Amino acid sequence: MSAHSITEPSVRQKWFAGALVAAYALITLLPLLWIIATGFKSSSDAIAYPPKILFEPTLEGYVNLFTAQTRQSPEYLAQNPPATWYEAIVHDKGMVIAGPSRYGERFMNSVIIGFGATFLSVVLGTLAAYAFSRYRIPLKDDLLFFILSTRMMPPIAVAIPIFLMFRNLGLSDTHAGMILLYTAVNLSLAVWLLKGFIDEIPREYEEAALIDGYTRFQAFMKVVLPQAATGIAATAIFCLIFSWNEYAFAVLLTSGTAQTAPPFIPTIIGVGGQDWPAVAAGATIFLVPVMVFTILLRKHLLRGITFGAVRK
Amino acid sequence: MSHLNMDSVARATPRHLSRRIRGLSDRAIAWVFVAPTIFLLLAVNIFPLIWTIRLSFTNYAANRPNAEVQWIGLRNYERILSDPDTWATMQATAHFLFWTIVFQVMIGFALAWLINQKFRGNDLWTTIIVLPMMLSPAVVGNFWTLLYQPQLGLFNSIVGFFSGADPTSFSMIGDVHLAPWSIVIVDTWMWTPFVMLICLAGLRSIPDSIYEAAECDRASRWRQFWTITVPMVLPFLMLAVLFRGIENFKMFDLVVQLTGGGPGNITTLTSIELKREAFEKWRTGYSSAYAVILFVTVFGLASIYVKALNRVKDR
Amino acid sequence: MKTRLFAATALASLSAMAATGAKADELTLCWAAWDPANALIELSKDFEAQSGVKMNFEFVPWPNFADRMLNELNSGGQLCDLMIGDSQWIGLGAEAGHYIKLNDFFDANSISMDDFIPATVTGYSEWPKGTPNYWALPAFGDVVGWTYRRDWFERPELQAEFREKYGRDLGVPATLAELKDIAEFFQGRDIDGTTVYGAAIYTERGSEGITMGVTNALYNYGFQYGNPANPYDLEGFVNSAGAVEGLEFYKALYDCCTPPGSSNWYMSENIDAYRSGQVAMQMNFAFIWPGVHADATVGGDRSGYFPNPAGPAGHFAQLGGQGISVVAYSDNQDDALEYIKWFAQPGIQARWWELGGYSALRAVVEDPGFAASQPYAQTFLDSMAIVKDFWAEPSYASLLLPMQERVHNYVIAGQGTAQEALDGLVKDWVEVFEDEGKL
Repeated sequence: MSAHSITEPSVRQKWFAGALVAAYALITLLPLLWIIATGFKSSSDAIAYPPKILFEPTLEGYVNLFTAQTRQSPEYLAQNPPATWYEAIVHDKGMVIAGPSRYGERFMNSVIIGFGATFLSVVLGTLAAYAFSRYRIPLKDDLLFFILSTRMMPPIAVAIPIFLMFRNLGLSDTHAGMILLYTAVNLSLAVWLLKGFIDEIPREYEEAALIDGYTRFQAFMKVVLPQAATGIAATAIFCLIFSWNEYAFAVLLTSGTAQTAPPFIPTIIGVGGQDWPAVAAGATIFLVPVMVFTILLRKHLLRGITFGAVRK
Repeated sequence: MSHLNMDSVARATPRHLSRRIRGLSDRAIAWVFVAPTIFLLLAVNIFPLIWTIRLSFTNYAANRPNAEVQWIGLRNYERILSDPDTWATMQATAHFLFWTIVFQVMIGFALAWLINQKFRGNDLWTTIIVLPMMLSPAVVGNFWTLLYQPQLGLFNSIVGFFSGADPTSFSMIGDVHLAPWSIVIVDTWMWTPFVMLICLAGLRSIPDSIYEAAECDRASRWRQFWTITVPMVLPFLMLAVLFRGIENFKMFDLVVQLTGGGPGNITTLTSIELKREAFEKWRTGYSSAYAVILFVTVFGLASIYVKALNRVKDR
Repeated sequence: MKTRLFAATALASLSAMAATGAKADELTLCWAAWDPANALIELSKDFEAQSGVKMNFEFVPWPNFADRMLNELNSGGQLCDLMIGDSQWIGLGAEAGHYIKLNDFFDANSISMDDFIPATVTGYSEWPKGTPNYWALPAFGDVVGWTYRRDWFERPELQAEFREKYGRDLGVPATLAELKDIAEFFQGRDIDGTTVYGAAIYTERGSEGITMGVTNALYNYGFQYGNPANPYDLEGFVNSAGAVEGLEFYKALYDCCTPPGSSNWYMSENIDAYRSGQVAMQMNFAFIWPGVHADATVGGDRSGYFPNPAGPAGHFAQLGGQGISVVAYSDNQDDALEYIKWFAQPGIQARWWELGGYSALRAVVEDPGFAASQPYAQTFLDSMAIVKDFWAEPSYASLLLPMQERVHNYVIAGQGTAQEALDGLVKDWVEVFEDEGKL
């Protein structure tokens, strides 16, 4: 694209657009920066009145996030000096570390369930989308709408029967159960996104492959999949964002074993009050995997979402 | 299921069998591909739905498994539809739904259009703008209670700084008139990027040649915008609206953490009300009827909308 | 034949042993995620050392505690062997068979309920109330009380100004009306360059917050849950003239003397407001006092504590706290009972108090040194003497929800009148009892 192309915006226009977008981005970033900053505040700075912009950073929030603590008598504390830097932080508050907190487990559950469900949704979604895109399936439009409609039920509404069903199948509070559930919720989006994308891959490529002696399946694996990589990546991002952050099912259907981090983070309680630095630290750490995933795949994000909205 | 894997499986199986797998008829492949999806959706969505419909005609309570379950016909439906609280929560939901969509479409489209001016660094800014939607809504709702605190909160400080008003003179969550807007603001902050992304995808799908042709016809920029850009992006925009609409109709986590449905019932959206009936009062039959009513509503609205969408697409 | 039978029994008992052996050395205790729970982890290390049983803990934060745990019980889940369930669940736990009855166990191990603070036995253990049927051992005594900024109260210039204005000394209020005066006095006042407010009170909408707060006013102005002769006769008791006045008082307190934005506050928000120096007083459960006392900015002599002040028609405080029960679905009931037996020992209870757990054992709280052991100890005792609890019926959740709605609607959203709110509440509660078949 040359600078003199007639559709190319002028330099002034670009400047103007850039400035507006940057301004919006900075405003929208503020709450996020506030969360990240709060993670490094002491618990009194976090609720300082009026709010503090400059503060002395501490890792107290991160230590609180990963440990359970108990108050101890001054005599006990004097007898047991802290051995490590994180014990020292806790020690200064008149507490001792009683053990690890549940955050690590919850986070790992999120990793297993989030990525597991994403993988499964993308695989099943790709297969279904290909079939919908290439074959004449009876009642295709109705089936597609049916698939979308499964996303319309409020999670609370299906939670009771799912709860009872999972209990009978031994799936309640298991990783497998949650992966299946999130996959089912994600599938509608995955099928819709991917069908739009696969629709745009010219059929001629596959037909050429078939003439070269490939079977249908081989043609799908070797021709269509590589072409659809962009759409698959974009779909994976959306599926991950959903299953990583889902709250309603997690809070209602899981307890000890398979609970993910989102129901856990808002409820981190410190000495009496809500431990804002620990909450913020938990939120920050929790954002990292999905953010990295998105940034790695960001090139595909834009090209990948077309939803079949453009018909050739 | 990588193709490498399939190859080795195929090699390990007897030749005629592998031919059968690889050489499945088109129809068979279609069904093999679609079946897992359909099966999973039947098991996890449709089966529960049917169960819900059945329960909605009973007085079943899931926390009293031993109590006798009675068929009470349409009484649950009558009770719900004649309850003024139901209409209040529907109104709250409609307000939330309408304004979040309006703001997200306006801001999202504007941003996409600006980003599409292809200034330097637009990639970086896009990535930054997308960040809020990667956060967990429950965590966001929880944290915004701090941002909305009149004394401690960033939001009130900033609004106070720019408007000159005392930050402690208004309370976004506590005020009956502001609370419905407090949830709209947070949802808009979080989900505008989603609409923006889809609009941007739409804008980028418009071939330059169309604009070039318009330029030759001496169509003004303004005219190009309304005759080319908007109609070409519209199907994308409508899809974004569809997905945001469905998501926000179900909205639960963000609002429950942010306002708990208060003050009073001002921000009690339908999902919050449903959760109270189903998982706090354990009126399973009653809440099943409620769920069915919600589903019928959203299903009806969505199917009308999808028809409109298809018409726009086919144009 | 005999040998075969023997072999079979041996095998069976062996496998039974193996089965129990595999699971029996672990117990899971479920409670709310809060400060005292961490103290319990510390305390339980002694039990682990003595018995060789490994303790697991499942702590659920307050806003989700009832949901999650009742869900667990209602589904017959085996997550929890021991449950420190909220006092109001006892009716459900007993009637739906979630908890096992402890009378025989108490008798066999000579644990006597007479050794515990009477209010906690009634509140945490008995169902039906007032009968010697025990479903829990009082584990954590708790009650709503008040924390105040003693350092502000003691400032001479404020004392003088207050005396001039109200004709009495600025000190711990004896009545709710006096409390409101003090709150009004501090509201909007400039202290050391920041604007402070009167009092942080419970206003939370989502779970049980505003109910746990408003009852402290309602009880003392004459609200009763029902006719003393017939507990389900509500009309004229729940919505009596006194009750209306009490509700109006709570709204007046909210309107005049609370920090802006305190429309959805419960335990943790009140603590935040207090610790950040926004308020002169806070309403909160006693469990926070050890934390306040140890706080770097408001702890030590800077804070004082007082029980909920009296009203024109009585002197009560809202009961909190929990008993510890054995879950009927547990496979490890014997070990769980062993834990309760260990927990009930006076030595362990004394250590429990030291760690910040409010023991309900009379031997601990009636010890001559107890009242002086902590600055809040006497206030705790005084408060425990005047407690009253919300409904503990099996349908407690269905009774709580309309109360949350009606009260929040009136006090916070300002809709309707107090009379309308309480009349509506009677209607809602009657409906619940009708559905239950109790009316």
